[in-house]
Parts: sequence; C-alpha cells; structure tokens
Amino acid sequence: MDFFDRFAIPHPSPVIYASMVAITLTLVAIVAGVTYTKKWGYLWREWLTTVDHKRIGMMYLISALLMLFRGGADAIMMRAQTALPENTLLDSQHYNEIFTTHGVVMIIFMAMAFIMALMNFVVPLQIGARDVAFPRLNALSFWLYFWGAMLFNISFVIGGSPDAGWTSYFPLAGNEFSQSVGTNYYMIAIQIAGLGTLITGINFIVTILKMRAPGMTLMKMPMFTWSALITNLIIVFAFPVLTVALAMGTIDRLFGGNFFTTTDGGMDMLWANLFWVWGHPEVYILILPAFGIYSEIIPTFARRNLYGYKSMVASIVLISVLSFVVWVHHFFTMGQGAMVNSIFSITTMAIAIPTGIKIFNWLFTLWKGKITITVPMLYSLGFIPIFTIGGVTGVMLGMSAADYQYHNTMFLVAHFHLVIIPGVVFAMLAGLTYWWPKMFGFMLNERIGKLSFWLISIGTCVAFFPMFISGLDGQARRMYTYSEATGFGIWNMLSFVGAIMLAAGFVTIVYNIYYSTRYASRDIGSDPWDARSLEWATHTPVPDYNFAITPQVNSSEAFWDSKKNGHKLFSGEYKEIHMPNNSGVPFIMSAIFFVLGFSLVFSIWVLAVIALLGIFACLAHRSFEQDHGYHIPVEEVKETEEKLGGAR
Amino acid sequence: MKELFPRKQVMGFVFSLVLTIVALLVYFLDMSFAVGMTVLLLTAFTQAGLQLIVFMHAGESEDKGTIYLNIYYGVIIALLTVFGTLLAMIWGYV
Repeated sequence: MDFFDRFAIPHPSPVIYASMVAITLTLVAIVAGVTYTKKWGYLWREWLTTVDHKRIGMMYLISALLMLFRGGADAIMMRAQTALPENTLLDSQHYNEIFTTHGVVMIIFMAMAFIMALMNFVVPLQIGARDVAFPRLNALSFWLYFWGAMLFNISFVIGGSPDAGWTSYFPLAGNEFSQSVGTNYYMIAIQIAGLGTLITGINFIVTILKMRAPGMTLMKMPMFTWSALITNLIIVFAFPVLTVALAMGTIDRLFGGNFFTTTDGGMDMLWANLFWVWGHPEVYILILPAFGIYSEIIPTFARRNLYGYKSMVASIVLISVLSFVVWVHHFFTMGQGAMVNSIFSITTMAIAIPTGIKIFNWLFTLWKGKITITVPMLYSLGFIPIFTIGGVTGVMLGMSAADYQYHNTMFLVAHFHLVIIPGVVFAMLAGLTYWWPKMFGFMLNERIGKLSFWLISIGTCVAFFPMFISGLDGQARRMYTYSEATGFGIWNMLSFVGAIMLAAGFVTIVYNIYYSTRYASRDIGSDPWDARSLEWATHTPVPDYNFAITPQVNSSEAFWDSKKNGHKLFSGEYKEIHMPNNSGVPFIMSAIFFVLGFSLVFSIWVLAVIALLGIFACLAHRSFEQDHGYHIPVEEVKETEEKLGGAR
Repeated sequence: MKELFPRKQVMGFVFSLVLTIVALLVYFLDMSFAVGMTVLLLTAFTQAGLQLIVFMHAGESEDKGTIYLNIYYGVIIALLTVFGTLLAMIWGYV
C-alpha cells in the first residue's frame, strides 16, 4: 500500500464525508470562539493545567457526556438500519464499524469517564481530604484518557474505524482478516486511555487508605467511598491484563508477532481469554461505583440510614473477589469441556448472592422510610426492577448448557444492556443530578428531570425487551440485516422506537442543563438535599482547599450527626493550607502520547521515535523539577470562608 | 556498634546471592525440564518475597497490614488468573 493510501477511508460514504466536514467546522468554530473571546489564557491556566480534583472531575464529566452522544448516535444508526428487514441505510462494513465503536466508546470512553468524574469530584470531599494523594498524576490520568479517546474518535475519518467488535476477537482482528488500520486504533487508543485508568486506580487507593479525616476508620467510610476503594482495587489488578493483551495484539499487528495467529504456534483463543480476564472485572468496575451512588441516594431520600452497612461492605468485597473467577462464562461455547464450564457456571451464579444482598438492603432501607421522590431517587427506584430483570437473565446465560442456545444472540444483547443501562447510566444520571448542585451551585430542574427519567426508563424497556424475544427466535447479534421471512421485523422496529425514546430522553437532559443554567435559583445553600455525608459539609462552590478545617468524623454519616445529634464537625483554628501547583506537563505529555499513538497506528516510525523521546523528556523534566506547591495564608482562608458564609 | 550493623540486610543480601546462584545452576547443570522449572519458580518467588520484605521494607511501617493484604490479594488474583487460564485453555479443553 502506498504511504498516503493508508490515511484514506477504506470504505467511504457521503455520511463519513459529511462527518469530516462537521469535525473540521467544529474545530474551527472552537478555535475561533476561544480566540474571539480571548479565553486561551483562562483555558490554559484554569483548566488545561489544573490539578484540582474537582475541575478534573468536571472535565471527565463533559468528556463523558460528549462520548455518550457519540456512542448514542452509533446506537441510533444501528437501530435504524435493523428497524426494517433488508434495509439499506448502512452496508455491512459500516454496520461492523458502528457496533464496534459503539461498544468501545460507551464502555471505555463514556462509562469509565463518568465513573471517574464522580469519583474525582466526590471521594476527596467525602473523606475530608484537600485533594487526591497525587494531584498531578490525576491530571495525567485525565489527559491520557482524553487523548486516547480523541485518537479513537478520529478513526472513522482517518484510515477507517475498527470493525472486529468491541471484543476484537482474533483471528478476525488479526492482519489477515482486518487489513485496514482500524484495529490498530483499537489496540493503541485503548492502551493510552487504559494507562490513565491504571494511574487513577493507584491514586485513589492511596488517597482513600491514607488521607481520610481523623476518626474515619475503614468501617466508618461512606458507602460511595467504599465502592470507589474496591473499584480501584479491581482496576489495579485487572487492567494490567488488558495492557498485556493489547500489547501482544499490537505486536501481532504491527511487528509480525504470532501471539494470536492461527499459525506458527499462535493461540487465537488466548486473546478471548485474556480479554475477558480483564473484561469481567471491568463489568464490576462499572457497576460497583453505581452501587455506591445508590447507597448514598437511597438513604438520603428515604430519610433513614443505610440498612446493613456491614453486609454492604462484605458483599462488595465478595463481588470483587468473585469478579475475577467467572470470566470463562463469556466464551462457554469455545470448546472447553463440561468440567470447566460447570466450574465457571457455579462461580457466575454465586455472584447473584452478594448482589442479591445489596438489592435487599436497599429495599429494607426504603421500608418504613419517608421517601421523597426526587429525580436521583427516581433513577434509584427505577434501577431496582430493571436491573433485576437484566440480572436474572444473566443467571440464565450463566448456565453453560443453556448458554449454547442463548449465546451470540440478541438475548445476550438485551441482557447486558438491561444490566448496564440501569446499573451504570441510571446511576451516573442519578449521581449527576444529586451532586450537580455541589459542582455548579444550582439544581437541575426537577420537572424536566422527571420527564427525562420516564423517557429513558420506558425507552430502555421498549428498546431492549423485544430483543429477548427475537434473540430466542434466533436473531444473531451483529447481523446488519435479515430477511422479512424471519419475522424479526416487528421486534426490531419496536427496539428502534425505544431507541428514539432514549435519544429524546438524553436530549431533554441537555435541555435541562441549558434551562437550569439560565433560570435555576443560585440561592440553594450548601446542602440542598438535606444529605448525610461529608461532601455536603463544605461550602458551595467548594473552595480550592475543600475544607478550611479538617473535619472530625465519628460515624459513616458524620454530617448527618452534626446536623441532628450535636456532633462537632469542625473544631480548631484556621491554619495555613498547603496546596499543589498547577502544571502543563500532564497535558503536553498526553498530547505527545496522542502523536505517538497516531504514528504507531500508521506505522510512521520516525515520528513514533521522536514522540517517544518527547515522552521521556517529560518524565525527565518531572524527575528533576523542584515543586513544593504553594501555601494559602491564614488571612486568605479566613477571607474566603467569610465570603462563602463562614465556617460552621 | 551492634545496633548500627545492618545484620538483617547483609543476611538478606547473602541469601539473595545464594538464590541467584541456585537459579543459575539450572543452566549449568544438566537437569530435566520439570526439575529446572521447579527450581526456577521456587527461587524466583522466594527472591521476590525477600526483596519486598528486606529491601523494600514491606513490614516496617504502621500500615504493614494494608501492604500485606494488598500483596496477598494480588498473589491470589494472579494465581487464579494463571491457573484459570491453564484450566480453560489447556487442561479442560477438549
């Protein structure tokens, strides 16, 4: 292939040319807009170089919402294509690229980012810390994720998107069957973003273990912090497997390796194995923070403390261990014997036990509670039945003998969407609505929020319940079309209607943000929900240093105790506060990673070597840099506190 | 003088040299593949543990409980992954 041919789209269509134009115009508009409003300095000083966990959280949030719409657009296109039998909206190659990018974008760049957003913003506040343990690493995490996501997202206009499914199984993903650069993008972009995730994992474990406020023992941590701790523990143990698998895949594709080939001693199924050794814990990386969020929201709006705190902790710890011993259930039909499948069937079904404990604990928390139906509470209540349907069908899939019937059909697609949407998307939207006032100083409109909830939850059911039926009737997943005689048409049309409802729901969320930004009251105080944990004990907007005086903690609901039971949260004098300096290096280094990734995707070796040297230069710069942070003097703390309403 | 002499570290250093020599013997002596691998695995894991405890001071700070718990957890996950993979890909594969 000629050098420049590689950059061409292997399979162009008017839609892709239109996207190219749209991307260029958007970039020009952004650059022009920032230049016109003279915001470059502000953007660089306050955002691109920030190491503040709150701002990093907000940047994760914005990226996650953007990726939600990117992945959502893919979903709508897929549902539109399959809505009618023998539809010709997309051809098979486009359909392949779209379902692949839909999966990757939604899991790696949307759900993970959303989780990181809420963890970043909430966890340090909940444990009464000034920031995370390694603020600059935190900025590096975000920018690695961001540039990894950007690298993945340019694939569909430069060189072609990956088309081997989000699982990217070999040998299909190997050079023999995937000749375009698409799968290179997959291997390298996820590697870069994954580095960021791994760094976050280490960062948050250290933060939670070492930086809790005095008095907060492990068993007095709020539930969201517990789930964040366990999530990050799983990240640290699971992501290295992905790193290794992606590196092996990259070596196969770029350097003629034979790890996953079908010849020369390669073992193609080892990819599936390694992918799911990471992939199944990843499912719990997504779901545990969601469980944590519900465990914060349900007690707040049921006006009761969380039922069974200890069993909640025990069940997430148990889930974290079990999540590492079930991965074979993703490929029951690949040829293992009955003994292996039985072992992994049993471990799979065992996960339903700790999950069931959590569901019952939430129900018991609700029981006899004074429930107020707010938007976050609606999502939490909607989560329980829909997630249970998704979970129970998961147990069905977990029975390996029956799995030979269900596997690779729309039944599976219905199952995992009905787990991930209530489990992750509902939780993130609930968390977003719940912590929004702490982040931005005003509340999202409840009426529009309820409309979004109903559109999204009914849309989810309408979109995915029909897939159970068409799946049992034999509709395979990832089929770009089907004949009329199969009778799948009606179910797919229903799905399409549900997808439109979901899209409408997400549009109302954007409208809600716009509407509330313009019209919502700013006079809401620092604790608008009458909540229970420490993040509500500081001012809104949260000052740079989070807490002027480090809080004293006596229980898992220290703030509630300070409001109702006379616990004294803040005692002592203002002291000088030591804060970390901003730094542009994480941004620059991650941008160089983007260049490195791009040159690896297209095998531009000279540029790759130059970029690698640039990365080493950034590392060296950090090693020899003298940076001791800065101090906020007592007078300034006092001034800020008085301006925000005085310490309590 | 006695308190100043880093007895533990010197002993650890000697022991780690011994472990290295034993591992090297696999190359120089003629032994079967199974015996050689056993020796290598044993010396490798002992060596790693020695480095963690003696030279990386795993047990010397107040949060040694957390550190050991993390190490055990990591070892368990690694063993589960390795043996699970062997089970699924080789032993249990028909």
